Amino acid sequence: MGSNVVFYAMYNDDDVLKDGAKKLVAKGVKVADVFSPFPIHGLDPIIGLKETRLGIMSFIYGLTGLALALIGMRYMMVTDWPMNIGGKPNFSFLENMLAFVPIGFELTVLFAAHAMAITYLLANKTIPGMPAENPDPRTTDDRFVMELRLNDNAKFTEKELEDMLMETGIVELDQKNIK
Amino acid sequence: MHKEATIREPLVLGHKTFHEVTEDVCKPIEGKAPKTWYILFAIAAIIGVYGVGCILYLLGTGIGTWGLNKTINWAWDITNFVWWVGIGHAGTLISAVLLLFRQKWRMAINRSAEAMTIFAVFMAGMFPLIHMGRIWVAYWVMPLPNQFGSLWPNFNSPLLWDVFAISTYLSVSLVFWYIGLIPDFATIRDRAKKPLAKKMYGMLSFGWSGRAKQWSRFEMVSLVLAGLATPLVFSVHSIVSFDFATSVIPGWHTTIFPPYFVAGAVFSGFAMVQTLMLVMRKAYNLEAYIHTKHIEYMNIVIMATGSIVGVAYLTELFVSWYSGVEYEAYAFINRATGPYWWAYWAMMTCNVVSPQLMWFKKLRTSLTFTFIIAIVVNIGMWFERFVIIGTTLHRDYLPSSWSMFYPTHIDIGIFVGTIGLFFVFFLLFTRYFPVLALNEVKTILKSSGQSYKDGDAKTPAFSVEEQHLADVKMKAKSSATPAKEDIEKKTGSAENTELNALVASLGAVTPEQKDDLKELAGLGPVVESKMNEIGIYTFAQIARIDTESELTVLTAYLGTAGNKAKLVAWKLEAVEILKNDNK
Repeated sequence: MGSNVVFYAMYNDDDVLKDGAKKLVAKGVKVADVFSPFPIHGLDPIIGLKETRLGIMSFIYGLTGLALALIGMRYMMVTDWPMNIGGKPNFSFLENMLAFVPIGFELTVLFAAHAMAITYLLANKTIPGMPAENPDPRTTDDRFVMELRLNDNAKFTEKELEDMLMETGIVELDQKNIK
Repeated sequence: MHKEATIREPLVLGHKTFHEVTEDVCKPIEGKAPKTWYILFAIAAIIGVYGVGCILYLLGTGIGTWGLNKTINWAWDITNFVWWVGIGHAGTLISAVLLLFRQKWRMAINRSAEAMTIFAVFMAGMFPLIHMGRIWVAYWVMPLPNQFGSLWPNFNSPLLWDVFAISTYLSVSLVFWYIGLIPDFATIRDRAKKPLAKKMYGMLSFGWSGRAKQWSRFEMVSLVLAGLATPLVFSVHSIVSFDFATSVIPGWHTTIFPPYFVAGAVFSGFAMVQTLMLVMRKAYNLEAYIHTKHIEYMNIVIMATGSIVGVAYLTELFVSWYSGVEYEAYAFINRATGPYWWAYWAMMTCNVVSPQLMWFKKLRTSLTFTFIIAIVVNIGMWFERFVIIGTTLHRDYLPSSWSMFYPTHIDIGIFVGTIGLFFVFFLLFTRYFPVLALNEVKTILKSSGQSYKDGDAKTPAFSVEEQHLADVKMKAKSSATPAKEDIEKKTGSAENTELNALVASLGAVTPEQKDDLKELAGLGPVVESKMNEIGIYTFAQIARIDTESELTVLTAYLGTAGNKAKLVAWKLEAVEILKNDNK
């Protein structure tokens, strides 16, 4: 299989696309991707996308931030240079702990938010200077494109795929051969 | 899909399609800026530059150029700081807290409110920095190893907590805002015609393609960031209030400060959002997206938080008496009756009385009234901070050190300068950034847009006609379009007979019974006069337009200004107007 045929089926409504995807998937077609101007709710399970694990990552990043904050403050305020503030106990981490809550919280948020944002950008491959990959400029405006690949759907012929797509209420169909 | 009751007012007025949303938001960015924009920008820039000049003078000469003295060691600087931080609370509150509560009306305002937040926190952060005097050693607040045997900053001090809180808040808000902007920049990038604009927005959009997986991650990131930002908003102003509350100065040493400051911050933040939004929606023709209902919702928030602030003021007064501490009691008696009584009563009037007027529906849905109240609240909240800071400090424990505060022109210059700089940033934002969260507004178009509310789920994000034409185009490109041209040619001669027959079938009306057809969305005076010419004067007639052939004839007569999609939309709107009239 030297070349591969890619279908870009364009819809002008998100619900039509979703219904179309449902029908196609029921027939055993694999949808490679969907490009849309806004998130289509309920589409992910239909086209077989797993739920993202970014939330878990963010939790781990948050814990890291909290741990760093507490370890850092313990080292600086208790171990390395205990400060005498109104004669308060400066040798005990536990008794100073209350004063460390605000910064502990702030660093949790700081780490969770920034590290998750960076992970998100990297996972999405959205980095300054990256070329856009949407097949049609209108997919960021009011068009929705479903991408089907022939070699994902080995049990169908090109013609069969095209016919099935035609029945799903598309407005335009684009076909590309890619190496 | 999210279902919403039809009796709820639509959040997007007019029968907007997805494309129209894009158009409405992108037009101001793509077109030339109006003259007013340049004038406002010039004014803001001049004031801002003057402010920067004052700051440079202060840095070169010293804090002595402020009107501070030994007794009043904090005055306008910290007042301005707290004022700006407070204003900076609305944006994240709108986008984070309202996201968690699934308040969809936030979508029209969150983008610009967040921008406002970021610029306001910029301005706020400047004051503590210049207040350090030696700004070039500002990095000393960071826990960095140093040559003093590592002497660390004091992690027990609320002033240091402030450093962490404000910088976390600023950077997290910035990230939250930018992540939402990426898909919208992609929209502008894909529409851009000029190569430079395409390149710039291409860079800014980070190569966003709108893949399903990207959107799924996007939704998760937005949700988690909202979850993180919500406690962050509350923590920031709580920590700002600790600057005062953890001291042992009568008037500051109160446990009510954190909630009271947070409510006050939201209160002033929404007032600033109202001030900016009321102007922006007009200037950028966004009345369909930010309409009276949005303004009313924000007014209700102002009313609620204003009431909390009012209760807090009264609680403070009560406790100062009930505690039996005479110093505490004196601090409050002095605020109300001392030499700064005018500041106290200005604060009471602006913050306690004025938001109560919002109980009247007539007032809270009036745009002019809202604008006035928003300005009043902005002023009142500045006075609140001045009362808390200046008035508390000016009566020291020793009457011999009692003092008054007189701002110098540097005090005034820096404060006014930050307002100028703020508007410089905000004007640049409205000029080059999408002021509405495009992708979010599109997601609610189907559940909260007017077309769906009107109970006709067929029209809506794209119209029936468009769908129909699109089908035809797909099946055979050749047959549909030329057919229309044929009609246009044909109607040149047969126009009158066909049109006359059509108008007759719609029911004959005399010009005296005329309705204002311009009430229909997108129907301009030209189309109206064209319609009047052939005898269409009323909504009833438009509502009777029915068959495909009638649409074709009318479109042929009206041209692209009255294409089929628009005619269908007008028809539906006319039906709606008639229905409401009969009630």
